[in-house]
Amino acid sequence: MTLQMAERTQRTRPKNRKAGKVSRREQATGWLFLAPFALTFLAFLVAPLLYALYLSLFQKQLIGGTSFVFLDNYSKAFTDPTFLDGAWFVVRFSAVSIPIQMLVALGMALILDTVTSAFSRFSRLMIFLPYAIPTVIGALMWGFLYSKSFGPLNDVFGASAPDFLSSQLIFYGLLNIVTWQWTGYYMIILFAALQGIDPTLYEAARIDGASAWQIALRIKIPLITPALLLILVFALIGTLQFFNEPEILRELAAGAISPDYTPNMYAYHQALGLANFNYGAAISFALGGVVFVCVYVFMFLTRKRGSFF
Amino acid sequence: MTGRTVSASRRRRSQPHLPLQILLGFLVLYYLVPFWWVVVNSSKDAPGLFGGGNALWFADNIDFIGNLQELFTYNDGIYLRWMFNSALYAVAGGVGATTLAVLAGYGFAKFRFAGRRFGFAVLLGAVMVPQTALVIPTFVLFSELGLTNTIWAVILPTLLNPFGVYLMHVYARDAVPDELLDAGRVDGAGEGRIFLNVALPLMRPAVVTVLLLSVVAAWNNYFLPLAMLSDNRLFPVTVGLDMWQGTAGGNNAGTTPLWSIIIMGALVSVIPLIIAFLLLQRYWRGGLSIGSVK
Repeated sequence: MTLQMAERTQRTRPKNRKAGKVSRREQATGWLFLAPFALTFLAFLVAPLLYALYLSLFQKQLIGGTSFVFLDNYSKAFTDPTFLDGAWFVVRFSAVSIPIQMLVALGMALILDTVTSAFSRFSRLMIFLPYAIPTVIGALMWGFLYSKSFGPLNDVFGASAPDFLSSQLIFYGLLNIVTWQWTGYYMIILFAALQGIDPTLYEAARIDGASAWQIALRIKIPLITPALLLILVFALIGTLQFFNEPEILRELAAGAISPDYTPNMYAYHQALGLANFNYGAAISFALGGVVFVCVYVFMFLTRKRGSFF
Repeated sequence: MTGRTVSASRRRRSQPHLPLQILLGFLVLYYLVPFWWVVVNSSKDAPGLFGGGNALWFADNIDFIGNLQELFTYNDGIYLRWMFNSALYAVAGGVGATTLAVLAGYGFAKFRFAGRRFGFAVLLGAVMVPQTALVIPTFVLFSELGLTNTIWAVILPTLLNPFGVYLMHVYARDAVPDELLDAGRVDGAGEGRIFLNVALPLMRPAVVTVLLLSVVAAWNNYFLPLAMLSDNRLFPVTVGLDMWQGTAGGNNAGTTPLWSIIIMGALVSVIPLIIAFLLLQRYWRGGLSIGSVK
């Protein structure tokens, strides 16, 4: 949705409306409009992060109370097998799920851009529908479908039905839920970008003898690269902080999902389950930092081609 | 609908594309299966659910109304309270976040002030901070301040929406001409009036988009209320259903009737947003394609 708008952001620099001095009045008014958001920003982003950073430098012992340990919590986290397992899972899951989601969304957007029937408009709406469903409810619904006791898989496959809640298949079970939940939203973003392409380009290509397949590959996909990068960033930020789906399925998939399955779940159970605020804060901070750096590096690398942001 | 002259001319050329339509049919089935399962199974009682009948078709005795009654009376009708809480958090958080985003986006787009560039760089950085990485730090801070387990613990952090500010900034920059604002100033109108009467109407499509995104995000929120709230009378429906699920899964034998209620609860909880999306089609379609039209 924001792609073309995003493209233009590069010339965000203050425009030289009247090049030169900016009146004090304009300065004050600008800040006034910004103030409510700036206050929320300080209170609910800067303050919690600083406090978490501060907390993460301490450790609470049964004897001796709280003591300053500097970066010990971080060196503990990055050598803690539980945290590393969770992080490794999230990385593997991102590596598999993000390309799948993007390909599915792109395929559907291309189909819906080509087929213009009443049924395709209906399909577009239905495919988008899971976006309106809370991830919690989505995970719950798929948990029901996977369930041995009341899911349909037993009816179809009998005794040899695959159990997506078992520790062998839970990866695919989660993969399917995430794909179902988000591809519709990504498809809508890509579809909007495709609709923005000037159709005379297709006419010209057709006159030159290009097939529909070539048009999709050589014209449509290159022209919506900014949109593809946008959903890649969305998917990256979303998947690295994986929490809702595995947390919900934990009850149904007894044993397959541990309370520390992803770094976010680990932080949650450290902070709320064990009241270990210091270590929980360190994990949260490390996770947020890693995601931030990954996304930032990614944006920097793709900046020239896509010019998103 | 995006039925502009552009797609009209494209439509004339299009063939039926039968194989693609069939493929679309299968995709629609995939996306609808969970909904179908919930609709069918919300009509079953415990024996119908566990009795080994067809999971994707209705049982012999359809107890839809009975389950609905149970849902709204179970545990003193706490479900209705959860729905109300969800609505409160979504509306208060969503409207608040949108208001802040509109003001800040307009400020960034239309005024020059010291620290503007730095502020914008910080904003873009904030877009990249994963929301859930803030939950535990915010929880720890709030528990220090004694704010946990209140509605404010859920509403206040929801007000923060850097991506919304970014969207509003981009839209306001192009959609609100400086000349129009200057004309208002020459006529002696105050900045507040200029914003309300000149700029805001021009920014409406983006305002609706940001509002929709914020309300949906707040309605779907789970991690934040899960961490912040311990009194189940304050739960939104997402956390509440999860709690029931834990109870039902915990001791499978005794609580099988609870499953019927949970399934019905899942169905009822998705209805408001589905209706909202179907009714607001014109708005979100317009909003989502704002960028691609120009």
